[in-house]
Amino acid sequence: MEPLKPVSATARLLLGIGFFALFIGLWALVTLGGFVQPLFLASPGQALAAGWSLFTEYNFLGDIGMTVWRVLGGFLVAALMAVPLGLMMGAYKPVEAFFEPFISFARYLPASAFIPLLILWAGVGEAQKLSVIILGSVFQIVIMVAVIAGATRIDLVEAAYTLGARQGGILRRVIIPAAAPQVMEALRLVLGWAWTYVIVAELIGAQSGIGHMIMDSQRLLDTGQMIFGIVVIGLIGLVTDLLFKALNRRLFRWASL
Amino acid sequence: MSGGTGAVRGLSIRGLTRTFPGQGRAAPTLALQPTDLDVAPGEFVSILGPSGCGKSTLLRIVAGLDRPTAGGVTLNGRQVTRPGPDRGMVFQSYTLFPWLTVAQNIGFGLRERGLPEGQVRAISEKFIARTGLRGFENHWPRQLSGGMQQRTALARALANDPEILLLDEPFGALDHQTRELMQELLLEVWGSDTPDTRKTVLFVTHDIDEAVFLANRVLVMSARPGRVKAEVPVPLPYPRDWTVKTSPEFATLKARLMAEIREEVRKAALA
Repeated sequence: MEPLKPVSATARLLLGIGFFALFIGLWALVTLGGFVQPLFLASPGQALAAGWSLFTEYNFLGDIGMTVWRVLGGFLVAALMAVPLGLMMGAYKPVEAFFEPFISFARYLPASAFIPLLILWAGVGEAQKLSVIILGSVFQIVIMVAVIAGATRIDLVEAAYTLGARQGGILRRVIIPAAAPQVMEALRLVLGWAWTYVIVAELIGAQSGIGHMIMDSQRLLDTGQMIFGIVVIGLIGLVTDLLFKALNRRLFRWASL
Repeated sequence: MSGGTGAVRGLSIRGLTRTFPGQGRAAPTLALQPTDLDVAPGEFVSILGPSGCGKSTLLRIVAGLDRPTAGGVTLNGRQVTRPGPDRGMVFQSYTLFPWLTVAQNIGFGLRERGLPEGQVRAISEKFIARTGLRGFENHWPRQLSGGMQQRTALARALANDPEILLLDEPFGALDHQTRELMQELLLEVWGSDTPDTRKTVLFVTHDIDEAVFLANRVLVMSARPGRVKAEVPVPLPYPRDWTVKTSPEFATLKARLMAEIREEVRKAALA
């Protein structure tokens, strides 16, 4: 191994799969070898079997659908509110001066700590689940988008002015397109965080969703189901991340992401 | 449009001064001493000076990207107060919009001004051809070499049909050979208009060869605080090609400018 020397595509793939194999192998070893009691940790086979029964007997697909819709719904609402505000803050310094201190404060408020309050305000329905995700995402997106838009290359703005662009043109046809790839990357990041909020939201006062299933399984001490649920969350996260990346590459071919 | 007493054609700079406020307790910096300058329509004027002499500041004020502390600029009788498409600019840094193709970059100013799409296409096409960008219309800027990017930047500025072209060391980041090619290209494009419709050009550089090769007049600026310390006419006839650079007249002009500029570079280095 040499520092910083690139690795071939096949080697990269094999190494990546290798760690998964090692991880599952160790898991199999400690469970099937009897090093850990089945009560605390199910074996990979048991987790798979539990997963099968989840899909066939417990309508797990419905739970997954619920959770995905909550994440995407909350995330979309948050993005629709936050991206325009962030762009305005980045482009116009007085707007930034007005909102920035409050948002910097608000983004440190833990979304999960609001769950009891949100249940009080919105009940235990969908509105409450979405609120948790919105609350957890919106301030993060605003701040990140504001920083990205504020860092627009000033020489591009100046070039646009010398070509006859006015205020509105600078915002719409320089700042926004310049910021777009990084804004989408920021959204990809926040979508990952939204996944953790949704599970927390579903652990408390939910009748459906992956988080709710995990909570139910704990009552039955079914570690196989719990582990399967967690793995499914990871897989969905991985897939959405890859889709998001592919979308960004397609949208922003000029940026060579 | 123009009016009053000084309805002069061309560029007129009067008592132009720029002081930058000091950071913190530092004293303010005088970047540009009161400067007067007249450039007739169709003239190609090089502004030559050491780094930090205020030549870029002068150009940015003409562009409307910076405000003078005192004095003012008029172009064809109109006071310059902000940037506008009547003053096209090419910067030293690569300022193509990376999200637009070469053709879209060249059409940017025309679209901002609301020209119909057909006209935008036709004008862009004309300048793509003139600057040798055929075949690169649909490339993204990141796929282009530095020289090709600056060709596009030049075409983009020209497409707007500005009254004056402001070039701020546009070839400064290019390698020597590419720079020489670009100088010839610039003269070719500029010379393709008839003498009475040629663009007025202000060309800022610290390269003596470049200043002489391009311009019909070279202004030498002093070390900071900048002022025009010498004015050297270049009587070499247009059209010029690279062989001009080997002529004795060129050598004489170069020697004279070298003497002028060396003194300033030394002052700048000691300051």
